[in-house]
Formats: sequence, structure tokens, C-alpha cells
Amino acid sequence: MSGIQKFFASRAGIISVGAFIGVFAALLQKWGNPGNMGICVACFERDIAGAIGLHRAAVVQYLRPEILGFVLGAMVAALAFKEFRPRAGSAPIVRFVLGMIAMIGALVFLGCPWRAVLRLAGGDGNAIFGLLGLAAGIWIGTLFFKGGYNLGRTQSTYASVGLLMPLIIIGLLALRLIFPQIPDKDLSGILFYSLKGPGSQHAALAISLAVGLAVGIVAQRSRFCTMGAIRDLILFRQAHLFAGMLALLVAAFLTNLVVGQFKPGFVGQPVAHTQELWNFMGMVVAGLAFALAGGCPGRQLFMAGEGDGDAAVFVLGMIVGAAVSHNFGLASSPTGVGPHGIAAVFISLAVLLFIGFTMRPKSA
Amino acid sequence: MTNLVDARGLSCPQPVLLTMEKIKSLGQGELMVLVDTDTSKENVIRAAVSLGWQLKSVDTEGMEYKLTLEKG
Repeated sequence: MSGIQKFFASRAGIISVGAFIGVFAALLQKWGNPGNMGICVACFERDIAGAIGLHRAAVVQYLRPEILGFVLGAMVAALAFKEFRPRAGSAPIVRFVLGMIAMIGALVFLGCPWRAVLRLAGGDGNAIFGLLGLAAGIWIGTLFFKGGYNLGRTQSTYASVGLLMPLIIIGLLALRLIFPQIPDKDLSGILFYSLKGPGSQHAALAISLAVGLAVGIVAQRSRFCTMGAIRDLILFRQAHLFAGMLALLVAAFLTNLVVGQFKPGFVGQPVAHTQELWNFMGMVVAGLAFALAGGCPGRQLFMAGEGDGDAAVFVLGMIVGAAVSHNFGLASSPTGVGPHGIAAVFISLAVLLFIGFTMRPKSA
Repeated sequence: MTNLVDARGLSCPQPVLLTMEKIKSLGQGELMVLVDTDTSKENVIRAAVSLGWQLKSVDTEGMEYKLTLEKG
């Protein structure tokens, strides 16, 4: 193992990466991203779904460069350190459905695990219920692991299989460059741009892309994963990844304090609602879906960059899930859960339990 | 007889889960683990070391790693 990799695999390494993400996520808010949403993988994939017109929720349409940077940064790091491993073929349809459900749950809460931590770091008390739900969902996932649940083995495959997701991302980046935002216009060529709401709030393209690339590189090297953080703590009593997640929280909190973004409370928090039960239940759904799929949404992007075609399918599932969420009224808004959000939580849980109970080699 | 865990193609947390199960049933001795990603390699080594096992060797064969773990 090289010296650089020894560092990234160490406790100090994962803490440094978590802190790096925390500082820059908080700064991205300062630089224009929405409140307590410096980085949110679920929200940003949802915004991308809106930018390409998969849903028409006018307030959440923007082709977020951070997400593009995550995949490309991870790919660059994987190639540079000879870790690019084209692989696929482990229950892709299940991964797609898990991605959809993970997004549906995350949008009932209004955030992925990264944003749950960032919301807490910004003083949003509602995030506590989301984080508890996340832990509960992952705990259920560990019960399935102990029962023998797994998605089956992947196969090594052609380089092109691993390169397709990064190529899709490059295609999206090309669209973003060809059709830049036009002031006061909600459409540029084929891309939608929000004129108000969270989708209209964003840092400059170059800044978002640069931070995204940097995060992609360091997260690929360190295997940073918020779902794994909680899962390993419950399943193995191992705190390695959890140290990284805590570092993210502390670093974002301190940065928020310094730049004056820490505003403690429950009511009036940015892009958040105060329905405790549904903040909790949304993240139970998302947490269980992430656990069954083997990674938080950020980690899925990094693995997609490393050539994992199954993680790429999960990402596409999330993007489609975002479209479904907004088209069918499943997503929450600052006023509370969507008209069909509660039904979606129960249906999602039923699907997750079906997957968890049936996908094991020996049906006991 | 060689004790072997074949975790190739399995994703987190399966490689660690299988290795830990085997370690618990063995108690001590020598154990070989096959993995095919760097993440799995690091995770398996980290878990085994935390249980008092030692990493004897890592053999790289193409895109795969053969980890030899030992507890005396």
C-alpha cells in the first residue's frame, strides 16, 4: 500500500475527508447553494431530474455540477490509483428499484444522509428525527444481512460497461456548457432552470464543479460512506467510517458558526418541514434502501465512477425516483408531506421488506 | 486443509461479514480470503486486525487479491 493510500485508509484519513466535505459543504451555502444544502446528493439528483424535464416542479430544476464532479472525480482517482474496476451484473433491477425507493424516502424527509448531517450542523432540529430514522432503517438492514440477505455477486466486465456512467455525466456537463443559464428565463435550449426556490440558488458553475471533483477524489480514496458509517457501527461495532461522518458534522457546524449560518430551531428552517413522524419515517425508508443497496447515495456515485455498473443503475433509479416523487405528489415541501407521501412510505417499506426477505440463498 | 473465504464479486458488507463468521468459527489458525476490490481488501484487513488476527501476506492476481490472515 502506498503512503497516500495508507493515510486515506487510516482513522486520520477518513476524519480529514469528512472534515473537508463539511467545510466545503457549508462554504457552498455561503457561495450560493440553498440553506443547509451545500451538498445534498438526493436533492441535487432531484434538481438534475428537473433540469432535464423528467419532472416539472419549477422550483427544483438545476443541473447540479457537484454531482457531475463526484462521479468524474471518483473516476479520475480510481484510474490514477489503478482501482478502476469495470463490474456489473448483481441484480440490476433490484438496485434500480432500491434507488427509486431511496429517493422517495429521502424526499419525504427532504435530504440525503449528507444533508441530514448538514441540516443538524446548521441548527435544524428536525434533522434529529431524520437521522434517527436513518439509523433505524439501517438497523433493519443489518438484521437482513444477519439473515443472509445479499444481492449476489458482480462479474468483471468490459471497460465500456464501467465507463458508461462517467460518459453520461460528461454528456450532462456538455449540455450544461452548451445551454448555460439565461437571466430570467426558465429554459435554455433543452435545460430547465428554476427562477425561484432552491433550484435557483446555486454557487457558480466553476466553484460547484471544482468542489465536486475534489470531493469525488478524496471520497473515492477514503471510501467515505454515511450509510456504511452507521451500518458498521451497528453490525461490527466498528467506528472507522462513523468517525468520518462525525467529522463532517463538526466541521460543517464550526464553519457555519464562523460564517454566521448557524440558526438553531425547528420552525422556519430552510427547505425543511416540522412533521417529526414523517421526517423519521422518510429516512427509515431511505436508510433501509441504502443499506440493502450497499451504500449511501454519495458512495453510489463514487462507486459508479470506479466502474461499478450496478451502482450506476442505482443512481439512475434515484433520478427516476425523483421524477416519480414530484410527478405523483410524494415529495414533501416546507409546508409538510406531499398529498401521497404517506402512502408512498408504506408502499416503499412493503417493497423493501419483500426484497429483504426474499433475496437470500437459502430461504429458511 | 486451507480455510478459504471467497468474497469475490460481493459488495459491502458481505466480505467482512463472511470473514468474521469464519474467524469466529475457527478461533485461531490460518485463513485465506479472496476479494476483488480495494475497498473490500481494506475492510477485511481492518476487521481481522481488530479481532486480533494478523495479515501475513497479500497476493495480487490480476484484478484479485488473496489475503492470508493468521492468529497463532
